[in-house]
Amino acid sequence: MLSNTQSYADSPDGTGDRPVATPIVEMSGISISFPGVKALQNVAFRLFPGEVHSLMGENGAGKSTLIKALTGVYTIDSGSIRVAGNDVLFSGPGEAQNAGIATVYQEVNLVTNLTVAENIMLGREPRRFGMIDWRAMRKHSRKVLADLNLDIDPGSLLESHSIAVQQLVAIARAVDINAQVLVLDEPTSSLDAREVGELFTIIRKIRDSGVAILFVSHFLDQVYEISDRLTVLRNGELVSEHLVHDLPRIDLISKMIGKDLAALDELEEGTKREATERVSGGAFLHAEGVGKTGSIKPYDLEIHPGEVVGLAGLLGSGRTELARLLYGADKNDSGAITIKGEPVKLRSPRIALDNKIAFASEDRKAEGLIGDLTVRANIVLAMQSERGWLRQIPRKQQDELAEKYIKALDIRPTNPEALVRNLSGGNQQKVLLARWLITEPKLLILDEPTRGIDIGAKAQIQKLVASLSDEGMAVVYISAELEEVLRLSHRIGIMRDRVKIAEIVNQGVTVNDIMETIAAEAGQPA
Amino acid sequence: MTTTLQPAIGPEAPSKKRSLKRFERYSPIAATVVLLIVMLAFGGIRYDNFLSGQALLDLFNKNSYLFVLAIGMTFVILTGGIDLSVGAVMAMGTVIAAQLLSKGWSPALVIPVVLVISTVLGLLVGLMIDKFKIQPFIATLAAMFLARGLSLMITDRQIAITDTFFQKMNLTHINLWETTTNTRRGVRVSDVYTTWSVVIALLILVIAFVVLHYTRFGRTVYAIGGGESSANLMGLAVARTKISVYAISGLCSGLAGILYSFYTASGDPIVGVGYELNAIAAVVIGGTLLAGGAGYVLGSVLGVITLSVIYAYKDFDGGLNTGWTRVMIGALVLLFIVLQRVLVARRK
Repeated sequence: MLSNTQSYADSPDGTGDRPVATPIVEMSGISISFPGVKALQNVAFRLFPGEVHSLMGENGAGKSTLIKALTGVYTIDSGSIRVAGNDVLFSGPGEAQNAGIATVYQEVNLVTNLTVAENIMLGREPRRFGMIDWRAMRKHSRKVLADLNLDIDPGSLLESHSIAVQQLVAIARAVDINAQVLVLDEPTSSLDAREVGELFTIIRKIRDSGVAILFVSHFLDQVYEISDRLTVLRNGELVSEHLVHDLPRIDLISKMIGKDLAALDELEEGTKREATERVSGGAFLHAEGVGKTGSIKPYDLEIHPGEVVGLAGLLGSGRTELARLLYGADKNDSGAITIKGEPVKLRSPRIALDNKIAFASEDRKAEGLIGDLTVRANIVLAMQSERGWLRQIPRKQQDELAEKYIKALDIRPTNPEALVRNLSGGNQQKVLLARWLITEPKLLILDEPTRGIDIGAKAQIQKLVASLSDEGMAVVYISAELEEVLRLSHRIGIMRDRVKIAEIVNQGVTVNDIMETIAAEAGQPA
Repeated sequence: MTTTLQPAIGPEAPSKKRSLKRFERYSPIAATVVLLIVMLAFGGIRYDNFLSGQALLDLFNKNSYLFVLAIGMTFVILTGGIDLSVGAVMAMGTVIAAQLLSKGWSPALVIPVVLVISTVLGLLVGLMIDKFKIQPFIATLAAMFLARGLSLMITDRQIAITDTFFQKMNLTHINLWETTTNTRRGVRVSDVYTTWSVVIALLILVIAFVVLHYTRFGRTVYAIGGGESSANLMGLAVARTKISVYAISGLCSGLAGILYSFYTASGDPIVGVGYELNAIAAVVIGGTLLAGGAGYVLGSVLGVITLSVIYAYKDFDGGLNTGWTRVMIGALVLLFIVLQRVLVARRK
């Protein structure tokens, strides 16, 4: 199974120099757009036989889109894909598979209601006289599983096995179709440390047999452990390609996050915060050991009135998950939260609202704004729901409120009857902010409030956050842009791999300090 | 990392436990078998001749068309779909057959025509479901009204069939063995028989079993029920398979129509109202998950026999009416849905 792909036995140990070979996969000038989004723009990517190549980038960078272009799930708008020297244009996953590209997706994409053997061989079952030969199928599966050191009964149902084993069965299927290219999209996200170790042993074994492996993970430690080469994407564009040992982590992170901040800094002169101690007078909210299994490890957090607490970390580090617990959007299964000294169970957003906690979601389209309603209707929405729907806010009062906030936040167009979906991203964000500000929250949680909006609007939102905190509002500020977090926050919680690994007072802290903390090897003191 | 999953790699259970676990998936069908035995035993104790050879064979003789409907329905439900049109398509089959025969067409032509029309109708329903992403419930509901309406447009009353072949299929008994029964008037010797319709239904059962378990198409049916998007990402022919199961269900409905017109020697536009629900009930009682992906065509046949036993109670007992049989079927369906829930929950 593993032996009949072309071999590069001359590659010394699989970690150092790649053989001078032609790439098995060559993608160039790839562009894909969805309505309103340019998911990929002119991206090039290559993959050599016998290497593990990691695809890196923040959320929305285009990793998944690129993988799906390669595996035939999406069709490309322009560009070319060459596999083993031939131009290809796949119209479905089946065709990509026939061309030797096998994919294991993040959520195990097998059918758990059938046996292990079937999951390995489905669509390629051995047949005798036109009928499936079950004995040959089990025999063959047993051999494939043995090659991967997996001792499980091929006749057992897939659902009787742990996710980790299912993941390995998916890999067994991929290997068994004589794949020349194996795509592993976040294969480790549901595995524990020991299982990851086992998986890596298998990946190395497959790689050494000459298969090209495309690996995606948001765990930096794992990427550095297993990869030979990596390609960085940002905002749907190619940033660069490197050999792993040529690229220190800190450079990788800055490439992933990007620096378009010089322009912003000029607008920002006035808002740079001093790390004043605003801890007098007791915390507004105190969380102790709050966590949720499978979502975020227990953390402690204290937020004082008038304080901005920033959360920094890469995508998937648990920033949003932490915030969702504070808003009752998810229920914590450990720890306790007190608000102004009173213990509170934040079981639902409703209860959080009653306690004057507001949450502006990172996904403003899906979880926040209603595009087909007017600016006015969106602004009064939260207030109306707080009053109850039977006590309609009088139209006159609605108009006044809308007017006031459109002016205060400089929402354009200034017409309160404009439909929200026709507004730019930055203005939509302001409408969302206005909605929560009307309810006069004591704690405002902002998840990526400036993502995907232009620099001017960004600066306005940052200034607004600063002035709100000066007026005594507590703010939790989540952003992938470290500069932004640094500029606004009094204290910064640093997240990695769903753990809050450090909390620092923002005094003389630089972006580099935070990056180093994030990049530090797991286990080392931050 | 403090969480420990079960030992992921390496021997995870002694082999004895393993082999037991393999049979766990048959537990719903085992429940059906147990239920059926209990019901038959109850009938045998309570009613004379309930378990006599002919009474048992009549469980098949009287419901051959329902077997075929349930077999077709099993394909659809295994993919996670549903087909509400089967009763109406069956009625359409009887009407088209009777009408064409009355015009002097040969049965050798009429039967293929009925089968082709019902298959094409199923194919169109499948195309609607796959290409336009219409809910199977809605698409087959539309097909149900269409088929029923067409039947009523052809004729609004029953048409008798005088064709000799159909008459022969109606009346011919396949005698299996002789039996003696003691009646008040003395000992009577009679033949225990079955019909050609039952033979056809059993043939369909064998074909369906082989297709579902020994062809790639059949395994794809199961895979789609297990997870349609997974099956698609595994490179299986999801669209073609999904469309095909509705065509198969249409074909089975048409065949059920032919069998029904053998049985009654007539075509009737209002026959089969609610039979789709009987077929679904039989599939569910037979242990097939309504969500798809798990179940056996043999189970569906056991489900039909279970329904037949309930009807036989009514025939043997003058005190029971159709209302009672429906309550009984409802209770059984409920029981099996709850049982499935419990089994699924325990597995998780």
